[in-house]
Amino acid sequence: MNVHFLISGWPGHALPSLLLIIAAWVVIGLAGLLRPHSLRFVAHLLFPLGALGCLCVALLAGTFLVSGHEPEVLVLPLGLPDLPFHTRLDALSGFFLLLLGLAGAGISTFAAGYFRSGEGTAPALLGLQYHVFLASMAVVILADDAYLFMVAWETMALSSYFLVTSQHRIPDIRRAGFLYLIMAHVGAICILLSFGVMQGGSWQFTFDAMRGASLAPVWATTAIVLALLGFGAKAGLVPMHVWLPEAHPAAPSPVSAMMSGLMLKTAIYGMLRISFDLLHVRYWQWGVLMLALGLFSALFGAIFAAVQTDMKRLLAYSSIENVGLIFTGIGLAALFEASNMRLFAALALTAALVHALNHALFKSLLFLATGSVLHATKQRSLGKLGGLIRRMPWVATLALIGTLSIAGLPPLNGFVSEWLLLQSFLFTPQLPHAFINMLVPLGAAALALTAALAAYVMVKFYGVIFLGQPREASLVEAHDANWLERLGLGWLALGCVLIGILPQLALKAAGAVTGKLLSETISPGFSIWLIAPVTPEHASYSALIFLAGITAVIGIAFVLVRILAHGRIRRTAAWDCGYPWQTSRMQDTAEGFGQPIRHIFGTFFRMERHLPSPSDKSPHYRIHIEDKLWRAIYLPIGRGVQRLADVVSVLQGGRLSIYLLYSFLTLLGLLVFVL
Amino acid sequence: MRGITFVRQFGEVVLAIAIAPLFAGWIAQCRAWMQNRSAPSLVQPYRMLRKLFQKDAALAKNASPLFRTTPYVLFGTMVLAAAIIPSLATDLPFARAADAIALIGLFATARVFVSLAAMDIGTAFGTLGARREMMIGFLAEPALLMVLFNAFLLSGSTALPSLVEFYNAHRFLIDPSLAFAAIAFVMVLLAENARIPIDNPTTHLELTMIHEAMLLEYSARHLALVEWASSLKLFNYACIGFALFIPWGIAAGGRNGSAATLLAIAALMGKLAVAGAALALIESLSAKLRIFRAPEYLATAFLLAVLGLLVHLQIGAR
Repeated sequence: MNVHFLISGWPGHALPSLLLIIAAWVVIGLAGLLRPHSLRFVAHLLFPLGALGCLCVALLAGTFLVSGHEPEVLVLPLGLPDLPFHTRLDALSGFFLLLLGLAGAGISTFAAGYFRSGEGTAPALLGLQYHVFLASMAVVILADDAYLFMVAWETMALSSYFLVTSQHRIPDIRRAGFLYLIMAHVGAICILLSFGVMQGGSWQFTFDAMRGASLAPVWATTAIVLALLGFGAKAGLVPMHVWLPEAHPAAPSPVSAMMSGLMLKTAIYGMLRISFDLLHVRYWQWGVLMLALGLFSALFGAIFAAVQTDMKRLLAYSSIENVGLIFTGIGLAALFEASNMRLFAALALTAALVHALNHALFKSLLFLATGSVLHATKQRSLGKLGGLIRRMPWVATLALIGTLSIAGLPPLNGFVSEWLLLQSFLFTPQLPHAFINMLVPLGAAALALTAALAAYVMVKFYGVIFLGQPREASLVEAHDANWLERLGLGWLALGCVLIGILPQLALKAAGAVTGKLLSETISPGFSIWLIAPVTPEHASYSALIFLAGITAVIGIAFVLVRILAHGRIRRTAAWDCGYPWQTSRMQDTAEGFGQPIRHIFGTFFRMERHLPSPSDKSPHYRIHIEDKLWRAIYLPIGRGVQRLADVVSVLQGGRLSIYLLYSFLTLLGLLVFVL
Repeated sequence: MRGITFVRQFGEVVLAIAIAPLFAGWIAQCRAWMQNRSAPSLVQPYRMLRKLFQKDAALAKNASPLFRTTPYVLFGTMVLAAAIIPSLATDLPFARAADAIALIGLFATARVFVSLAAMDIGTAFGTLGARREMMIGFLAEPALLMVLFNAFLLSGSTALPSLVEFYNAHRFLIDPSLAFAAIAFVMVLLAENARIPIDNPTTHLELTMIHEAMLLEYSARHLALVEWASSLKLFNYACIGFALFIPWGIAAGGRNGSAATLLAIAALMGKLAVAGAALALIESLSAKLRIFRAPEYLATAFLLAVLGLLVHLQIGAR
């Protein structure tokens, strides 16, 4: 064994085991190639094995977090000569590995039951791409030098690109994949430049060296802005969000779940690593920048989600909203940290971390549920769904849990992080900057508006898909998900409920991170009943009492109604104010549900509406909604690139003699330069 | 001692459940008087509930379990809210289970459930009502939060009992920011409880309905529970208003003798009587707004609350 282990601190062995699991994922992926077209081998054997790996990762990361060990460091004998790969497991990476393992286990289980033969890429290739994707995300989180980080980051981008374009015969999907690839690479360049700035002339690319480097204020700010651009492009911060609504609907549902639930979180991880760990948040202006971008993204995502008519696009915009919320928390934490208010910084950072975990759970759950709906009905458009709660009770019930969670309703998990975030906003008036003091409460209002809009969006999502009457005759034949899919959905729903009623679990995990990053955790003495982030007099919330109270009242009310009154029921046709000829076409549509939003937030959209005239024989109503930013930013850039390419193409004469002339002139130029 | 506090908590909740329909009846009576109509009896809501509980429930054929559970969930959330809001005393066990933000979350839960149930049958009016209800909800929530922010800035706490304790300790403190917040709160209260000028609780015109449109498919005991929950919601909002702006009389600071409790009950009744009459007056004096004026109305409430906030910060900064 010439493997050189370098473990510092207590001899914990979490890191080598984690690296072994990552290697095992790659092996699992490669194993599929033995029988490339056997769906049973790949789906029913390899994907569950991958899920087992996820569980192990979650377990290892969880015990590492709880035990509070010192970081483990390991230098791998891989990489370039004199540039080996460094890996490191600390609280921050432990938290994100926990998130990856928990959500990944559910997604892999679901994927085992999801993929069908004859859909796009061969099963074995899908399995390979999927597991490489999983492994590269884990490596991103464990990397301890810029080199390994960028290699894993690019592997992640490429493997997910192939997964997105697995149905590459459809032109729209190829286009979505191309857009994703461009955005991923623009982001990667920004991150690379950010690392380049951070090494500060020492040419040391380990994170340890960057942590110690002393940068001038200008360079530190440049690094943070570049990182914000790069990671923002991956996470979907407005205005770098354009790829999300295209790529998520294009990808198969487990892949959408992986990208939205997990990959976006690696960008959050990167941002936290750079801003809090490597650059130690020096200026409050960074916090304000992240806060503003985050709040705007959150509001933007919620508004656009409300007007979507494709269920996966709706969820993609909702991801933008949630990433915005997470960045809001990070921004607040940076603002507090730079103003030396450690405890409040810990509160805001906890909110961001817990929300990241929650989002990984409920967004994966909902994307997977749309996958089941898609398989059962072959429909992605909300206008052709409806009434599935009666045909698919399992998926509908589990999706209801996800819906209520993401809408931020107590006593489920989404509420916990939103509550913490609002609590941290309450302390902003104590900041030492008078002007910010006044503006930040408005941020809280924007946050409240976003949360309420999210509820609107989710009522639309759930109501149009699962409730009401089926909008198409074919929906009557829809079938429920198979048992592997149910297991995957159930695992994620269980996570939502557990974190909802026992938020102490998630807070403890997040506390380990804030303890290391900010050397402060929010009140360590939670009881099993109550969480009180600062003091119980200030604010407290008890999900258990909440749940117990509601359940008790519902139970007592039910029994009393049965005893004092009766339980007789007569099944009749729907009343609908006595109108007997109602059809499923008379229900409100997804477009209808978006109408108040289009009316109120009209300035956000570019709308093209085609209304039928009263005398039309076959009236058609068409509305096309576009992102204004697309025309304002992306099309001009595209045109600019095209123009530049046209200019450059003058050089490209297509004749060999001209190219030889160029070579000759270049040589001449170099000779002149040398002499 | 613990046992006694639980008994008092139970008593508070039972009182809330019992008098919530009375409050609704009182408002209806005042409204009738102000509009020169002959008023229904004060106990009319109770008669209504009794009649509904006796009837057989007619349920649409395609109603899902969600539709049938929702009335119980609504009732449950509103009763829990009544337990959390310190309407009579501050040292009750449920009061610490949730602060004001969690209370907003609880109301949001009720709203989402009733909207989902309204979409369940798949009728035109139900979904229309659900859409409108959610719209009013997302407009009202930021305004309500800003109102609460005002109160938090004064007392430094989001727990309602702490707020009440704070006011009782600083009895003569009158902060100008609270005046703005109070007006904003009343506006939000009207919108959230489906009153004029946003919605008309007594309308029979389906196209203008918001809240009632969602309940069209409910009948008998389900409808009774939903109606009861609605009156509880109004009662709860009134009690939040009392706790935020006129907390006098609520037994605070460990005073939990029978005299303090009786005083608290008397104070609550008096405040409810005045508030009910005031609500009826507002409703009689204003006309229902078109649905697309609702954003303007709620934006006004929001701006008033923000104004209060700025006033407070200005005074505090000085």
